[in-house]
Amino acid sequence: MKQRLSAPSDVIDLAKIPGLDAITQADDVLQIGAMATHAKVTASSLVQEHCAALASLAGGIGDRQVRNRGTIGGSLANNDPAADYPAAVLGLNAEIVTDRRTITAEAFFKAMFETALEPDEIIQAVHFPQVEQAVYLKFPNPASRYAMVGVMLTRTAGEVRVAITGAAASVFRAAAFEEALTSDFRISAIDAVTLSAETLNADMHASAEYRAHLCKVLIKRGVEALSA
Amino acid sequence: MSGSLIGKSVLRKEDHRFVTGKGRYTDDVQLVGVTYATFVRSPYARADIKSFDISAALAAPGVITVLTGEDVTKDGLGGLPCGWMIHSKDGSEMRQPHHPVLAADRVNYLGEPVALVIAESQLEAKNAAEMVMVDFEPLTAVVNPATASQADTLYEAVPNNLCYEWELGDEAATDEGLANAAHVTTLQLTNNRLIPNAIEPRAALAEYNSGTDEIILHTTSQNPHLARLIMTAFVQIAPEHKLRVIAPDVGGGFGSKIFIYSEETALAWAAKKLGLTIKWTAERSESFLTDAHGRDHVSEAKLALSADGEFLALKVKTIANMGAYLSTFASAVPTYLYGTLLAGQYRTPAIYVEVDSVFTNTAPVDAYRGAGRPEATYLLERIVEKAAAEMGLDPAELRRRNFISRDQFPYQTPVALEYDTGDYEASLHKALEMADYDTFSARQTEAAARGKLRGIGLSCYIEACGLAPSQVAGALGAGVGLWESGEVRVNPTGSVTVLTGSHSHGQGHETTFAQLVADRLGLPIEDVEVVHGDTGKLDFGLGTYGSRSLAVGGSALSVAADKVVEKGRKIAAHLLRTDVDNIDFEAPVFKMIDSNESKTFQEIAFAAYVNHDYPSDELEPGLAEKAFYDPLNFTYPAGSHICEVEIDPDTGVVEIIQFVAVDDFGTIINPMIVEGQVHGGIAQGIGQAMFENVVYDDAGQQLSASYMDYTMPRADDLPNYSVHHASTTCPGNPLGMKGCGEAGAIGSPPAVINAITDAIGNNNLSMPATSCSESGRAVQASASNAN
Repeated sequence: MKQRLSAPSDVIDLAKIPGLDAITQADDVLQIGAMATHAKVTASSLVQEHCAALASLAGGIGDRQVRNRGTIGGSLANNDPAADYPAAVLGLNAEIVTDRRTITAEAFFKAMFETALEPDEIIQAVHFPQVEQAVYLKFPNPASRYAMVGVMLTRTAGEVRVAITGAAASVFRAAAFEEALTSDFRISAIDAVTLSAETLNADMHASAEYRAHLCKVLIKRGVEALSA
Repeated sequence: MSGSLIGKSVLRKEDHRFVTGKGRYTDDVQLVGVTYATFVRSPYARADIKSFDISAALAAPGVITVLTGEDVTKDGLGGLPCGWMIHSKDGSEMRQPHHPVLAADRVNYLGEPVALVIAESQLEAKNAAEMVMVDFEPLTAVVNPATASQADTLYEAVPNNLCYEWELGDEAATDEGLANAAHVTTLQLTNNRLIPNAIEPRAALAEYNSGTDEIILHTTSQNPHLARLIMTAFVQIAPEHKLRVIAPDVGGGFGSKIFIYSEETALAWAAKKLGLTIKWTAERSESFLTDAHGRDHVSEAKLALSADGEFLALKVKTIANMGAYLSTFASAVPTYLYGTLLAGQYRTPAIYVEVDSVFTNTAPVDAYRGAGRPEATYLLERIVEKAAAEMGLDPAELRRRNFISRDQFPYQTPVALEYDTGDYEASLHKALEMADYDTFSARQTEAAARGKLRGIGLSCYIEACGLAPSQVAGALGAGVGLWESGEVRVNPTGSVTVLTGSHSHGQGHETTFAQLVADRLGLPIEDVEVVHGDTGKLDFGLGTYGSRSLAVGGSALSVAADKVVEKGRKIAAHLLRTDVDNIDFEAPVFKMIDSNESKTFQEIAFAAYVNHDYPSDELEPGLAEKAFYDPLNFTYPAGSHICEVEIDPDTGVVEIIQFVAVDDFGTIINPMIVEGQVHGGIAQGIGQAMFENVVYDDAGQQLSASYMDYTMPRADDLPNYSVHHASTTCPGNPLGMKGCGEAGAIGSPPAVINAITDAIGNNNLSMPATSCSESGRAVQASASNAN
């Protein structure tokens, strides 16, 4: 609106709806209300205990002002290709709960700035199941500090998930890396694995090839971190 | 008391105002009945304007009127001139396309203003600006300076888009040096285009008083008198004495607020034409598109060396991008502020430089912190470092072998300048010691064990500051003399008002200038008030740029203070009934030499205004003295910078481990302020080397027009600096000063890049060397290979 790209007739503030920003836990599932700010998520002891990587991801979004205004629901509904939360939701195999249904992470993110949400559908909460290990590594764009590449690496019952944000039009899973690491969770297992640069973003800051290279570097560092 | 304030880190008088939010910037000035302006800008880099349709905008709510380029043409306004005439090799004058206040039939860069909407509120002006229908017919844009001379001709009167083809130095002698060389190092490089990014965007508030026929323009200017001169004598919006320009608190300039732009000029014109009070404050994206940019050179250089590393000759060919029009001082930057500096700190006997300045469909380029001198330093210090690597010599030793030595001053270079004084060996020695240069290889080995690439880079810079001796500047084509005015006005109670033609927009003049005058007169600094930035209060002045304020403006005040003392002695002699030769001034007391009788400065000041018994034929009442000081020579600050980096070979991320700066600024009045200037300059230099870059696409759209894409250096990108001074006194002015404002931005970029090339063993690198840019990928690729 500030940039005059959009001029809605009315703006509805959801911030004061009671409970919409609640963070609770039940049966190993962490529920974060759609209106929970990034600051609230990063400071929450529930989140920290359930998944420290998620708490630290929220603490690395934007700056202090953004973290006190921006919410998890808003970030997911916007699905900015360089946003951090989509990597968390996809990497942690979370579910999006709306006013009418529950959507899996896989089904939720459609394309750049595009999700499975209907025009009048509102996110109420996000459900994060328990994972054994998780780490989020971000390589920031030097100007905006958005993720030029962000990797959420998780491991549960031997199954590895690798969700990558920033590198392509929308968050995606790096299947070849997941397969290799699920069968052998060591850096050597992915030495020969590569990510095709073909569908990755290229701009004045980084070529697609450089982004592909960074993805692999961050995945390796993630494996190192989770093996330590 | 004299001498007690010079060299003291007195806290800045102005800071209480700034840190408590009491600064009064142009946008803070509130006037009754103010209206608001928004400019309609070209969305194309190059297009014909077929027609304007302002009917919808005129009918929009709150709109008072709309003025377009056609109104500017109808009113016969002059173009915005360039104040420095450069002659080509063949003696012909530079070519200067007409630079309209608002474009009427052709636009030549993205963001060029074509119309002005004035409304009762800012929002209404903005809304209506979107309703001004301009029928643009886009034309193919010329964007790349390297090929601009072979591209479409942008202006009929400018064949091959060449503003001038300039040269300096002895080509034959230089070619001979190259032919006789044992080794020739060649280097091609680009000096990246930058946006100044002052924290306060440009702004203007114009009011017109029909009773007095006076326009008052509050604006963000580094030199309000020059703004008044150009708007009146050249654009002819009013007679000079009917325009008052006030530059109140100004939040940074770095050169970008020297120049006279369309927007401020249009506002002053419209205020008088319509009898309105009008305000405009640029949005940040307008700053990105229309503030004069900096640098933007493409160069090739050859350095000839003897077998033992003696520099024999330097030959340079540079293409300088002027952008779409010649900004106020643009033509001088890649010539007399660049070519003349190519001797650096060295004895190179033969130097020849050619500069082709070209027009492109990009924002005008002009002086930005350092202006020409960073480009010269970058070229020279890169090629020297490359030569050292190629010849297997220690880069510090290679420099030492070629330094102009301390006993060779004054030293005439082959590129016009006569250096007055310096001690380059001393600065380098101190910098090497501070950087622990001798033990670098141990640190490199230790870093390698951690999988990191470590490099160290030097830069020994010189600059010509204290702009400028008017006679020299005039001979080189300057349209104005470059002296400065100053007045020391003693009030009856003995407090002092200092008026200066220099302008402070962050430099701390209210402190430094007060320190200087208080010291000279023996007064507490609180008793000295500095007034600047108002053509209604001050004598004509030339403003602040080129690290000139203290060396030139301060010298004017020094001369004026001396005159005050002289007048004071006469008054004291009169009061003490003795001869003036019998009076000494021991600040702050006027003493009789042959008795114990004396008068304090305050007594003299009071007497100057209230006494009734002056011999009117010998002594005028009052105690206020002026000086117009014209320097004898440029000043030559110089120094050595050393940067040490560590690079992550997996990602190409560069971390600056240490940055050492040892500078020779001559006499220093306030070390704290000087250190702040050095820090800021280095931050901008590191910004250029590692982060900042203006990118236009082939159509002339700017891809870097916001902070989402234009990388400003942030605190966590920068190291702690180790700053030291190794001073020699400047003989060219009464204060012995050289100037410090630009040094950091001049010396630092090659130190950073030399450190990176040292780490990766690859000299094919361009700025900005971010981990992500083209050159960053070179870092990363080289690093991977080196691994």
